[in-house]
Amino acid sequence: MSVDAVVPAVAPVVSYPRSLTPVPTHYCPGCTHGIAHRLVAEVIDELGVQDITIGVASVGCSVFAYNYFALDFAQAPHGRAPALATGLKRVSPGKLVFTYQGDGDLASIGAAEILHAAARGENITVIFINNAIYGMTGGQMAPTTLPGQRTTSSPLGRDVRTQGHPLRMSELLAQVDGAAYVARRSLHDVVNIRRAKKAIRKAFEVQQQGLGFAMVELLSSCPTNWGLTAQQSLDWIRDTMVPAFPLGDFKVPGDAPEAGGSRGPSAAKAGVSTAAGNGRAPKGGR
Amino acid sequence: MARELLKGNVAFAEAAIRAGCEAYFGYPITPQTEALEHMAKRMPELGRAFVQAESEVAAINMVYGAATAGARVMSSSSSPGVSLMMEGLSYIAGSRVPVVLVDIMRGGPGLGNIAPAQSDYNQMVKGGPHGDARMIVLAPATVQELIDLTVEAFDLAERYRCITVVLADGSLGQMMEPAELPPMREPRPAAERAAWALTGAAGRDPHAITSIYLDPEEEEAYNQQLQASYRHIEQDEVRFVEEHMADARIAVVAFGTSGRLSLTAIETARAEGIRVGLIRPVTLYPFPVARLRRLAEEVDAVLVVEMNAGQMLHDVRAATEGHVPVAFFGRTGGVVPMPEEVLDAIRDLHLQLALEEAVA
Repeated sequence: MSVDAVVPAVAPVVSYPRSLTPVPTHYCPGCTHGIAHRLVAEVIDELGVQDITIGVASVGCSVFAYNYFALDFAQAPHGRAPALATGLKRVSPGKLVFTYQGDGDLASIGAAEILHAAARGENITVIFINNAIYGMTGGQMAPTTLPGQRTTSSPLGRDVRTQGHPLRMSELLAQVDGAAYVARRSLHDVVNIRRAKKAIRKAFEVQQQGLGFAMVELLSSCPTNWGLTAQQSLDWIRDTMVPAFPLGDFKVPGDAPEAGGSRGPSAAKAGVSTAAGNGRAPKGGR
Repeated sequence: MARELLKGNVAFAEAAIRAGCEAYFGYPITPQTEALEHMAKRMPELGRAFVQAESEVAAINMVYGAATAGARVMSSSSSPGVSLMMEGLSYIAGSRVPVVLVDIMRGGPGLGNIAPAQSDYNQMVKGGPHGDARMIVLAPATVQELIDLTVEAFDLAERYRCITVVLADGSLGQMMEPAELPPMREPRPAAERAAWALTGAAGRDPHAITSIYLDPEEEEAYNQQLQASYRHIEQDEVRFVEEHMADARIAVVAFGTSGRLSLTAIETARAEGIRVGLIRPVTLYPFPVARLRRLAEEVDAVLVVEMNAGQMLHDVRAATEGHVPVAFFGRTGGVVPMPEEVLDAIRDLHLQLALEEAVA
């Protein structure tokens, strides 16, 4: 009796997205970069835009993103991906251009580039991986490191009196009139991963529609540099990061800029986790 | 095209447009801002890309991005702004995409001033960008040459997939003189961009444009490719201008504005019977090494004139390998030497040679 007769042919439940190259990644076990890559690739596949999408990799653990995405890719100097994407998009208006940046890249050394890309309403999509630490250089304090969080460069825990406060980039960029879509999602469980994918899709659709700057911030794990197991890391995102970085849509297309914040029509959707939201209620989301 | 009275900064900006430049990214800085202003008006009306960036750091990276797409792209700036571009220039050189940059030099170091200087020579010619990267450096002496070299800069950058710098000073950027612009060349259609460009991986394998090679052996192999292209440049692209060298016993070597004002001094000196000529390097990289090496057989002394403390001087000394004495006259900090000062330096050198001859 042959094997075929015993095991009926079954279509695989999960296949590799066409926009991902089927190779092993260099990411650490338990790191959510792989999930983020896959979500972006699935969205590109579903939108049917693989042939017209150009990515810009940044400096950090995702520096080799071009090895994993089956897409044309440029690799930017640290923090400058939004500037590269600006140049690419301005001379390639028919293409879809996205950057993939970590928190040190986007919120520290590249703070000016991301802020002004948003201010110009640059018609690009930004995937922002926030794991509250520098991964590639070995776990130093990031601009999104939480107060009290221990890193190799805040060994006693981040002391806000001398080391400053974490930046909430989504809230900050939502204030900018040129930003069309700004959302924060988390990759710590299945429900949130599915929500993240919807937001990523929205961020690409906003670019397709020429509505302006779109960014999705993804709360992500770094088990290696956090010194936690993969599961503990996901729990840490849920229990510690989400309260500090509330999930939701901070700006959606159609929000009219107005004094005192960027609340627009979609604010009514609410139902958002705002444990540490400083009174600011992000819109939509969970 | 007719000759018209053109300001240097406007002239090179319009020349770039007519050379088919598709995108300009820059940041205001004196004494080159008129170029940015000209681009701000002209590029949008031609349907081309113009962005006033938030900094020179961003501007050069926008240039980098547009270059990865295979577009003809440029920026312009002045000394302190160019310093900010060094990171981006290194990545551009390291990923071999063609880019044109015009540096209208001003007095320094630091914030310095807005007066003409040539003190970015070392920065632009000796590398500037980290790593073993070179940039072709062209040094115009007139507004006409500024126009012509800007046009040629695009062709050189694309031929060698490198950065081509047009290195001029604030006086050339600000001066008006009669010059002729080239005819308008339409930008290359997007469909005809280079095969390596990022255009979306339709019907082909994806392209990655990057400058990271973690394996040192791989990085060295890549460096060898870069060096091989630099050897081609050194062999085929040397340009210089000679004046009155046929009977010269003193050779003045000077580039750009220094070369121009030295010529005035040289012609006065010749009227006084001093046999002096000029070699004006037009390419600072590649440097006219072979031509300068021959000077030892032709002249008794060399005088290098620069608007800096003696930067090209070391390249002239290296090229002549100690076979001929090399003197120097320079002004720094944004001071443009008067031709009379150069004339005095020529006279001094002439007198010194005559004394040495008399003693011998």
